[in-house]
Amino acid sequence: MQAPLLFEFRGQRFWLSGQRALFWEEQGMLLLSDLHLGKSGHFRKEGIAVPGAVMKEDMHCLLNLLQHFRPKQLVVVGDFFHSRANLELELFSRWRADIPEQPIVLIRGNHDILSDDWYRANNIAVVEGALRIGDFCLAHDPKDAADGLYTFCGHVHPGVVLNGLARQSLRLPCFYFATDYCILPAFGRFTGLATVRPKAGETVFIVAEKKVMKIT
Amino acid sequence: MRKKGLHDTPGYRIVADWLATKGFRAFAYQEEAWQHILAGKSGLVNAPTGTGKTYSVFLGAVIRFLNEHPDEYATRSNNGLQLLWVTPLRALAKDIGRAMEEVFTELGIPWRVGIRNGDTSISDRQKQKRNMPEVLIITPESLHLFLAQKGYADVFKHVRIVAVDEWHELIGSKRGVQVELALSRIVGLRNVHAPSSIDNTGASQQQTTNKKQQTSLSVWGISATIGNLDQSMDVLLAPVSVAFQVKPVIVRTNIRKQIEIDSILPDEIEKYPWAGHLGIRLAEKVLPILEQSRTTLIFINTRGMSEQWYHRLLTIAPELSGAIALHHGSIDMELRTWVEEALHEGKLKAVVCTASLDLGVDFRPVETVIQVGSPKGVARFLQRAGRSGHQPDAVSKIYFLPTHSLELMEAAALKEAVGRQQIESRDPFILCYDVLTQYLCTLAVSDGFYPAQVLPEIRSTHCFRELSDDDFASVLHFITSGGEALQQYDEYKKVEIIDGLFKITGRRIAMRHRMHIGTIVSDAMLKVKFISGGYIGMIEEYFISRLDPGDSFTLAGRQLELVMIKDMTVLVRKSNLKKALVPSWNGGRLPLSASLGAVLREQFGTAMEGRRLGKEASALQPLLQLQEELSHVPRPDELLIEQIETSDGFHLFVYPFEGRLVHEAAAALLAYRISKLLPITFSIAMNDYGFELLSDQPVPVDDSNVYELFSPDNLLADIQHSVNATEMARRKFRDIAVIGGLIFQGFPGEHKKARHLQSSAGLLFNVFNEYEPNNVLVRQAYQEVFDQQMEERRLRAMLDRVQRSRIVLTFPKRLTPLCFPIKVDSMRENLTSEKLEDRIRKMQQQLER
Repeated sequence: MQAPLLFEFRGQRFWLSGQRALFWEEQGMLLLSDLHLGKSGHFRKEGIAVPGAVMKEDMHCLLNLLQHFRPKQLVVVGDFFHSRANLELELFSRWRADIPEQPIVLIRGNHDILSDDWYRANNIAVVEGALRIGDFCLAHDPKDAADGLYTFCGHVHPGVVLNGLARQSLRLPCFYFATDYCILPAFGRFTGLATVRPKAGETVFIVAEKKVMKIT
Repeated sequence: MRKKGLHDTPGYRIVADWLATKGFRAFAYQEEAWQHILAGKSGLVNAPTGTGKTYSVFLGAVIRFLNEHPDEYATRSNNGLQLLWVTPLRALAKDIGRAMEEVFTELGIPWRVGIRNGDTSISDRQKQKRNMPEVLIITPESLHLFLAQKGYADVFKHVRIVAVDEWHELIGSKRGVQVELALSRIVGLRNVHAPSSIDNTGASQQQTTNKKQQTSLSVWGISATIGNLDQSMDVLLAPVSVAFQVKPVIVRTNIRKQIEIDSILPDEIEKYPWAGHLGIRLAEKVLPILEQSRTTLIFINTRGMSEQWYHRLLTIAPELSGAIALHHGSIDMELRTWVEEALHEGKLKAVVCTASLDLGVDFRPVETVIQVGSPKGVARFLQRAGRSGHQPDAVSKIYFLPTHSLELMEAAALKEAVGRQQIESRDPFILCYDVLTQYLCTLAVSDGFYPAQVLPEIRSTHCFRELSDDDFASVLHFITSGGEALQQYDEYKKVEIIDGLFKITGRRIAMRHRMHIGTIVSDAMLKVKFISGGYIGMIEEYFISRLDPGDSFTLAGRQLELVMIKDMTVLVRKSNLKKALVPSWNGGRLPLSASLGAVLREQFGTAMEGRRLGKEASALQPLLQLQEELSHVPRPDELLIEQIETSDGFHLFVYPFEGRLVHEAAAALLAYRISKLLPITFSIAMNDYGFELLSDQPVPVDDSNVYELFSPDNLLADIQHSVNATEMARRKFRDIAVIGGLIFQGFPGEHKKARHLQSSAGLLFNVFNEYEPNNVLVRQAYQEVFDQQMEERRLRAMLDRVQRSRIVLTFPKRLTPLCFPIKVDSMRENLTSEKLEDRIRKMQQQLER
């Protein structure tokens, strides 16, 4: 795994990982967004044959991150799971059962439509809306960013376009630190990108081949 | 002798008498076709539009029926399906149906004509199912939809004649493959044989020829002239030839339409734009032409531009209001029908249209055609010219209006090619696993299928002649098990195997598949709406997918800003930006055909030699002089390479004049070969004249290495590498993923659930490439690039030619007339041998400056 990049911001130490996750040192918190677990299974169940291996890789990668950072808390800011329950999620349950001690919190996103029982059975604490932590806040949709608090969110699957000389351009997933909120990149491998256009003074880190690089 | 046989039949006499009352006589080629139809043969009729080619097959079917029931034909009703008429365009069905009904009424034959396409209501479908009309007019998609219905076999078992109209439009497309497969099934229904095992490879020896069956089904193609007419017949009739062991016949007309071609010249060529697609500055020049003829069709290459033309004409000639109309594929069906009626009745002075009026029945009042911009091929140009001048001896009159100055050379080349009858071929597709996947699911939805039974049928088509057992097994595996899976955690469900029968039982999956069948279209279209509500029109997904939110484009004459794409709808708001992109029409990207390319190359050569200059070449002299001054005008035995430095970077322009397809391949190859010399990144653009490699650093091409870079040595391996290094396969995958059922476009009523099933082709391509690179559909994407884009044979021919040519390297101080249209093209391919990290660092430095 590439070494994470330290970003000191608002008096806190954030470690940005090329695996599209953020570790908040003071809180001992690993933050992720938009895993969309079970998406491939959902497609397959409906007769659309996408490779199932993509989900396995996501969970493998998540385990690596947990082992590396050993967070007190794993917080997913929404869209942990893609859709209704399916067999692929049993693979997750088994994975979960292997790390029973790890506290997991989910800020519910629009895709998180599983039953309360299911989350309870998998020992996931579900938070509706936003979760306040000091001067910071966690939410799924940037629209839910709380006034006056700096919000970490997801939902968008942000990507940024870099332009170079000779009409070259690249579009890459990014951590987008806007003025009032930070949009985390989508963690899931089976997710697309939506282009964001950072304004002057905002900070963007792109993820290129599992490496984090600061752009602005 | 044979003719005599035909003339003696009662059916012929009835039809000939009827024609005589209308003052017509059958053409010799029509009688020839009728003769063959009576003999139960299959074949292909080749005739230009406007010469009664529909009747050559349709009346044959009628005569056959009359002959079989000379005494009671007027009272025989409910005969079951007799004639299946496949047409590429929905819009054609109605006109043809009406023409047929007229014949039945006048002859007193109680046959009914049914139309089956996406517009056919469910109740009409039910009616047709209960009581099949004698004639069914159908599109390839709807034909497959029919195969997705239970009990289709009963309907098709007795059909006597299958006619495939405008086969030249279908053959080089996946819809053509759909026709091939459907025919193989319809033929297979006559030829029921015991299921054999999958590893049985020979289809023909397995089947027993039944002499009686030979006469029971004939298949006829109807085609305009294309370069590979004989092959196109063999492709269409392969299933018939294989199953019935018969040799098809080709019927050609000797009627040759007189065509007059003229160019519309700008007054000052020096001031006419060097690049562009619209040509609207010449609108004034169109008015006198409209005045001179009864009705004129103005063909514009894109929908958006046709709108602009329509408004422009009304602005400069308000008196035309009410006398001109607009016709394109995104216009409301009702309005289109009105325009077509008005055209028939001669009420319109002019119609601004797109390919939507390329085909179909004749509009007799049309005397003149204007083609705006390059038609990109001789066949299409002839087709459009043929829309004018329908009286038997009338001359078709077509004007060519250039949208940028160099296009005039194309007009000269078109004239030359038409004179030589040098018409391009349309190559049939082979091994389209996406269409096969869809087809097998279609059969699984209706009655189910046994692989051993359908495999010989499938192999009887031209497309799947070389289908290997392994690949067939992969496709079966893909639809039954969904490729690679997480074993015990997998719930993949599509096609199930029940006692050896492959069947889809899930209602929702079946419904979704039926919805899906219609989506074999060359372009996915998206609705465009204002974010505040209000429908504006349709737009190619291909175009919109290259825009980012905030970008502006023009549609329906309005400046719009892209806000977002949601649920297959493009949401926009009004834009005040001056500079907006005009939607590119994929057709605008149609490659210049190879035959036209070669003629064009000659035209440039002769233009410089200054002898027997045509009107166009004379008009272009100032521009060619400038090109010669700044750089060089390539002669036919030369290859020109220009290296120019601008604020964009370092440009390398190469002009092989081989057409866009070959240039795309050659550009990727050259870029790859240069990128092996040093780490470098290229942005690649091309048009029909040449291609450009653009880099942020000097491109190391000079007279010491240039012949080597164009060497035919090691070609195959280098092609392989350059395909992998570019995004060509990814783009091919878009259509494949849609046809193969991986992309689901959603339908009313299932909105919310469907949203969780949406993903982009690009994302799917990434996921497959990484986790299941051997998937048949992914392999097909690469194969299509090799077969269609990077065809080794054509590329090698070009490189061989280059080796024999003199390569002229120039270093112009500024952009030249030749390079300009390529440079401004925004559709670009990329190829790099630099590390991603290094590229990002460079871009960062760029940002900081």
